[in-house]
Amino acid sequence: MDDFLAARSQMALSLGFHIVFACIGMVMPFFMAVAHYKWLKSGLAVYKNVTKAWSKGVAIFFATGAVSGTVLSFELGLLWPTFMEHAGPIFGMPFSLEGTAFFIEAIALGFFLYGWGKFNPWFHWFTGVVVGISGLVSGILVVAANAWMNSPTGFQYIDGKYLDIDPIQAMFNDAWFSQALHMSLAAFVATGFAVAGVHAFMILRGKNVLFHQKAFRIAAIFACIAAVLQPLSGDISAKDVGKRQPAKLAAMEAHFHTEKQASLIVGGLVHEKKETVQYALKIPGLLSWMAHGDFQASVTGLDQIPKENHPPVAITHYAFQVMVGLGMMLLALALVYFVALWKKRTWLNRTWLYRLFVWAIPLGFLAIEAGWMVTEIGRQPWIIYGVMRTADAVTPMPGIAYSFYLFTAVYLSLTVIVIFLLYRQIKMVGKLYDQSGEIS
Amino acid sequence: MLYIVIGFLWTSIWLYLLLGGADFGAGILELVSKREDRHTARHTLYRTIGPVWEANHMWLIIAIVILFVGFPRIYTTMSIFVHIPLVAMLLGIIARGTAFVFRHYDAVEDHMQEVYNRIFIYSSAITPFFLGIIAASTVSSNIDPSANDFMSAYVYSWLNAFGIAVGLFTVCICGFLAAIYIIGEISEEAEKQRFIRLAKRMVIAAFISGALVFLAAHYEHIPLLDWIFGHWIGSVAIVAASISLIVLWRSLGRGHTIRIRLLAGFQVSMILFAATYIHFPKIVLLKGGSALSLLSDAGTEKTMESLALALLIGSLFILPALFYLLYSFEKRKANVDH
Ligand code: HDD
Ligand code: HEM
Ligand code: HEM
Repeated sequence: MDDFLAARSQMALSLGFHIVFACIGMVMPFFMAVAHYKWLKSGLAVYKNVTKAWSKGVAIFFATGAVSGTVLSFELGLLWPTFMEHAGPIFGMPFSLEGTAFFIEAIALGFFLYGWGKFNPWFHWFTGVVVGISGLVSGILVVAANAWMNSPTGFQYIDGKYLDIDPIQAMFNDAWFSQALHMSLAAFVATGFAVAGVHAFMILRGKNVLFHQKAFRIAAIFACIAAVLQPLSGDISAKDVGKRQPAKLAAMEAHFHTEKQASLIVGGLVHEKKETVQYALKIPGLLSWMAHGDFQASVTGLDQIPKENHPPVAITHYAFQVMVGLGMMLLALALVYFVALWKKRTWLNRTWLYRLFVWAIPLGFLAIEAGWMVTEIGRQPWIIYGVMRTADAVTPMPGIAYSFYLFTAVYLSLTVIVIFLLYRQIKMVGKLYDQSGEIS
Repeated sequence: MLYIVIGFLWTSIWLYLLLGGADFGAGILELVSKREDRHTARHTLYRTIGPVWEANHMWLIIAIVILFVGFPRIYTTMSIFVHIPLVAMLLGIIARGTAFVFRHYDAVEDHMQEVYNRIFIYSSAITPFFLGIIAASTVSSNIDPSANDFMSAYVYSWLNAFGIAVGLFTVCICGFLAAIYIIGEISEEAEKQRFIRLAKRMVIAAFISGALVFLAAHYEHIPLLDWIFGHWIGSVAIVAASISLIVLWRSLGRGHTIRIRLLAGFQVSMILFAATYIHFPKIVLLKGGSALSLLSDAGTEKTMESLALALLIGSLFILPALFYLLYSFEKRKANVDH
């Protein structure tokens, strides 16, 4: 493995790992706040038990998210020093504000996790809400930094120099809103379905059913609302990408040739050399509409873009198909659940409904990983779009492959341990959090 | 504005050394405790450090963010030439942070506890050791941007006797801070005596490793003595630290919790001050006499302005919340004890 490839792989691995924990850390506090609120309002012990059981799981995810995030802030320099040397002062604003958000999150978490029975109950509840809000804010800020890499503004690039730096303008770049919106929703979708699915599984097992039903409902409602909004926000993102990164849009759609009334390509086998797509489903005009809101509009193909600036087409296309496909499946599941809630309450007692949710456990997270592959690989060969090439940013230090193997081993073991701990938490629900012992 | 940013940078490094250091030190104390004593160390540690654990480690993040936003050349030079110990330190941070939480939140208590403990204990010592090595590499003038073989660019930049001595010294300082901190948290007399003995041993270890630092510096031709004693401020700092150490030694075991904590914090601060003040504004000395400087390698004015603003606004929110966190857990602890 050459050093450049190793550096890219290590970055992708670390980010792909961190994002899972970051999403959970962003979203779970909101779920807990709802359960906690219901407990304070109703006094039903089951809601207290749900809150407590969740908070234990969240502590595990938080720690893992925090250390992997710490690693990332070093890795940006360890792997991409040339990038950071120039980009740091420009896109640093969201990172420095993010520092504040993390700090507040860490403080509020201290109150929340260690404050049971020590404070006014509503103050304690409030600290939980603060954890959620500051987590969400930090997610939005860090995505704003990533958005800057896609649509760099806030400086003049003249003769290889970065002049007239304006960090505030850089933070509010063209892509920040669409990306931050889509990412925040994605966090709710992925975490919501994963949590709902785990509780659905336990309901099917017939253990502590009341407990798991209450937990299931909170997570499922969040997830399903977000899953309905997600394709709408995805549409905003697609239009935005069409405007600012035509090469990325073309790669997502494997759209090799510029045309009017361009068709949307679904699935298919991409031949990058021959510039064709086989076996795909083509819907005429839809791509033009998706990208520009007009069925007749012309969509830039890869033929308009110099060869050396092409992103890898096949993988971007496949990743996009995976994300959208999963998004549609989750949307369908969400609609089924809403029908069940409003029209067919009897479905709520059917095992097939819970089975569907169990199958959906990993889907949201798979969509997130796929979506980031679209964004990041679709930006290649640029690290700062149109300004700096990724290959020019990599560290001169040789032997990065070893560091990649090392981090792969560490992250794999951590994944295994976290799953193991979670399994134990769930297995112990009956003993630790819900002694009612009811079995149906 | 630039000076505000530098102030924040120094403060976050200082607080990370004190708070994060005490935190690492707790693991180091477990390492040097007898097996049967480890349990209390662990228990006390969790009770006292648990609530502020995440917050303690945020200071490192703040320092890093300040470096890469405000002083990108310093951040990238270190990232390139001290890559290897940075990776070692990161692995330590991962192992320690996760093991700490896993051992507490594992729903079942079985032999896995022993695994987490091992990982926690060893990574608590390894992480500050590499932190010390990294800190030493900034002043040992071995970072050589024009080196063209692997060893002198990426290995000899940090691997030398001086670095190792500073690494050991850092480990001892962390253990010392933790012992002082924990003494004030223990009410049971026999336990307290044990930690007082540990604290004294840590002082001695810090003293010996401190002497090693000077010997190694001499051996590596690093004019450490001149730096510290060549200027009255450095000498005053070191003399003040020594006097306070004597006072501290005598106060140990007499129940002056606050006083010994302040004294220990004061000593460590003086050491950090003496070690950094002399070079200011230089922060990384390079081979061949040039250096990276906090003044001339800072970002543009606009960047520094917005960074300073972000930090000021941030501290407006953070500091009161952090104090309230510390205050309320301190107060409630007192209630429980009585
Ligand atoms: C649960 C996860 C999830 C789901 C169901 C979807 N997405 Fe997504 N998508 C993401 C999770 C995600 C993401 C991981 O969060 C990305 C990566 C970067 C970003 O801002 O969001 C993303 C990026 C992303 C981009 C690239 C944005 C950019 O580069 O700026 C587009 C065009 C879409 N998405 C479009 C869609 C459409 C049309 C969907 C229809 C169903 C969809 N996404 C579902
Ligand atoms: C806001 C956060 C993010 C920032 C600042 C960021 C930044 C970067 C940087 C600097 C690189 C290396 C240079 C490059 O290859 O262009 C990179 C690559 C990559 N990142 Fe991201 N990233 C972010 C989020 C994510 C997430 C959450 C994922 C999840 C999977 C991800 C996936 C990838 C992948 C797959 C690559 C490799 C692309 C390639 O080299 O072909 N990124 N990112
Ligand atoms: C280059 C990319 C990234 C860097 C440098 C980074 C950095 C960090 C750091 C240093 C932490 C630890 C803070 C603590 O101790 O609490 C952290 C945690 C976190 N990160 Fe990231 N991050 C990156 C990508 C992302 C992305 C893409 C998201 C989400 C959208 C995200 C969201 C979070 C959240 C919510 C936390 C809080 C801790 C938790 O909930 O587990 N980060 N990140």
